[in-house]
Amino acid sequence: MSPGGTLFFYRPLASPLHAARAGVGALWALSLVVAAIVLYHPLALLSILAVIVCAALAAGVGPEMGRALRTASLVGVPIVIVNVIVSRYGLTVFARLGSLGPFGQGDLTVEALVYGAVIALKVSIVILIGTLASLAVDPDELLRIVRRLSFRSALTASLSVRMIPLLAADAQRLAEAQRTRPRAPRGARARIAIVAAVLEGSLDRAMDVAATLELRGFATARRAPRRLRPWSRHDLAFALSAVAVLGLGAAGAAAVPFAAYPRVHAALGATAAVLCLALVVAGALPFCDRRGIEQ
Amino acid sequence: MSAALLSFEAVSYRYPGVDAPALEEVSFELSPGAFCLLAGLSGQGKSTLLRAACGLVPHFYGGRFSGRVTLAGLSTHEHGPARLGTFAGALFQDPETQLVTSSVRAELSLALESRGHRPAAVARGVEEVALALGIDHLLDRTTYDLSGGEKQRVALAAALAGRPPLVLLDEPTSQLDPVAGDELVGLLRRLNQEWETTVLLAEHRLERCLTAADRVISLEHGRVAHDGDPASFLAWAALRAPPLQTPGAKLFALAGLRPAPVGVRQARTSLRSGGLLPTADDCGRPPASPRRSKRARRRGSALALRGVWHELRNGPAILRGVNLSVRAGETVALMGRNGAGKSTLLRHAAGLLEPTRGRIDRAGRVALLLQNPGDYFVHDRVGAEAPARALHAAGLGGLADRHPRDLSGGERQRLALAIVAGEEVTAHGGPAVVALDEPTRGMDREAKAELAGELQRRAQLGQAVIVATHDPEFAAACARRAVLLADGRVIADGDAAELLSGGWYFATETARILSGAGGALLPEQGAALLAQRLLAQEVAV
Repeated sequence: MSPGGTLFFYRPLASPLHAARAGVGALWALSLVVAAIVLYHPLALLSILAVIVCAALAAGVGPEMGRALRTASLVGVPIVIVNVIVSRYGLTVFARLGSLGPFGQGDLTVEALVYGAVIALKVSIVILIGTLASLAVDPDELLRIVRRLSFRSALTASLSVRMIPLLAADAQRLAEAQRTRPRAPRGARARIAIVAAVLEGSLDRAMDVAATLELRGFATARRAPRRLRPWSRHDLAFALSAVAVLGLGAAGAAAVPFAAYPRVHAALGATAAVLCLALVVAGALPFCDRRGIEQ
Repeated sequence: MSAALLSFEAVSYRYPGVDAPALEEVSFELSPGAFCLLAGLSGQGKSTLLRAACGLVPHFYGGRFSGRVTLAGLSTHEHGPARLGTFAGALFQDPETQLVTSSVRAELSLALESRGHRPAAVARGVEEVALALGIDHLLDRTTYDLSGGEKQRVALAAALAGRPPLVLLDEPTSQLDPVAGDELVGLLRRLNQEWETTVLLAEHRLERCLTAADRVISLEHGRVAHDGDPASFLAWAALRAPPLQTPGAKLFALAGLRPAPVGVRQARTSLRSGGLLPTADDCGRPPASPRRSKRARRRGSALALRGVWHELRNGPAILRGVNLSVRAGETVALMGRNGAGKSTLLRHAAGLLEPTRGRIDRAGRVALLLQNPGDYFVHDRVGAEAPARALHAAGLGGLADRHPRDLSGGERQRLALAIVAGEEVTAHGGPAVVALDEPTRGMDREAKAELAGELQRRAQLGQAVIVATHDPEFAAACARRAVLLADGRVIADGDAAELLSGGWYFATETARILSGAGGALLPEQGAALLAQRLLAQEVAV
């Protein structure tokens, strides 16, 4: 079974982000996360979202990102609803729910709605960037960097990455086997039995994997040597992009203020427009250069 | 000091908590450049011996160990698998448990990096082993996108990346189709001849690799029962261990011919010199059984697939307009390479998948036994897994209190079959169709013969039986009809005697030896044919 059906995994594709070294790709993704965390202006956040959309299309992972967007919206919508209901800040009331007992007056405000939407947007951006990184940044190369610091921790992480799709496939196989019984067990007990069987199988598998690792010298493993390789144009482009996005994030946090309470206040002048444009250009520009990409 | 690369001196071993010895007083030496086969039925100690050869036994598995194993001059008493792994690479049955990273290049690099090789040496080692094993085109692929054969090759490459002088293999071809299996054995032979890599290979399908070997060690109850060259092994097996005979050797033994041949070529040479090799005239089409019209076949069918397509949403078509009808009481072998669509077809038959186009008619329930019988076991007692009558019918009535995972391979398969087939095995009870997906993986010949008998019994009771298998010998033993799938299409459908006697890969050894003469697939049928020719020769004299 291909594990790509419901879970997201890295596959080498022909895109600038895939072509960049894993460390730089991860740094670029991290810079967008940092910018999304420090910036509160909705237009700036939408600019980061635009960068992610461009990146997803240019990296050839649009359908997977579409599914991630649905997941993000499942997380984001409750955030907005909860914030509107529980927040007691804001002056512009758009609905009154009356007295909520110990919770006081149930006044729903526009400011709480906007703030909830901003937080939901931030969370969605983090989810989408995480998904994009898991689809386009080689986890083995990334973990190789970590192996220089802690071989065993990195290898454990590497194994986890490898085992998740296998366990998912095990669970699917077991569920399929149960469906072929004349009286297929249903309900919670059947699910528990499958989970127990998957765990039991994973322990057997872990023994075999451990034996393989023993023979490959895991017990006497030494620190991975540094691998020197020249920086490609994509490495340089994404590194510069990451630095630019971090700089714009820091500058934007100071220069383009946004406040949701007590009333919504967002700078909408030329500075905000320049920041948004600069974010989009800085984040998406590395994708314009497709030279030297393996097809 | 001995010149042997690997030596066992009076090695005995018991797994923790088990009284019966897995190995008992095992002694042998293996010289550099040897290609040695480990033969024996299931549970006789082959895997344990391989584990002991690389120090996993006892360092990793624990237990009671006595005697001495020396690998490249290092005793496994003093050195663990990590150190011994420099001298011995290992490849086991399931490639999934031997791939630990997500990409092929990282997988090959890991073994070298963890031994502290410099980056340039790692890069060179990866390139060289990939070229040597013909997987250079896979280097930038992810490991979970590979086929079973590709995974085995990558796992072998990872084991060989550090160029160990010895490679230990535990049934590496059990999950591969005949083409991929032959390719792997060919690869091992090349490594052995060109790199002088010593090979110690445990395998059930001896006919697949006996010609490559120069020595065979046979194990019985953990003891070395025979140690010699392939010809002497076959002579010994004919007298002492008939289930270990290759089909070619059995054919010769039944026909009263000697010596037993090591492979098809030797068998044909021997028959030709005796004037017994069937001529081109004998090798015409085998007598076909009376065929019924398509409509008549459909009318009495237990299962009928009509123009069935299975097209993935964002991928290729797995089945392409498959038409197949199976009558009650008919036994059908479904064959083809990995990825041909066999498993998907069986899942459609059982209703686990819905065709994207086409129609499936079933006369009753379709009991499907999937590839891994362990997937059916969710209780800790055999008795809790299936009804008592079904267990009794499967010959497992006395094992009701055992844990399912403690059963042998053949018993596990029978239990899984009892689970899916349910209470009763009669024409009026139980499923209309029994479908099995690769049921013989890792089984020895005895267990396969038992399973073939069980399937024939079900067919006699009126159940239609469909078996997807890579094993032509098993297909010939249990099926009267064979269907060959390729790329999701039925490319051949006919009598097993016709289909399994006319090819190279999808043909039994007997058929290959006799060039398909008389449609003889099994040694018994071939021996009868040879007996006729011997008789004719005597009459002529």
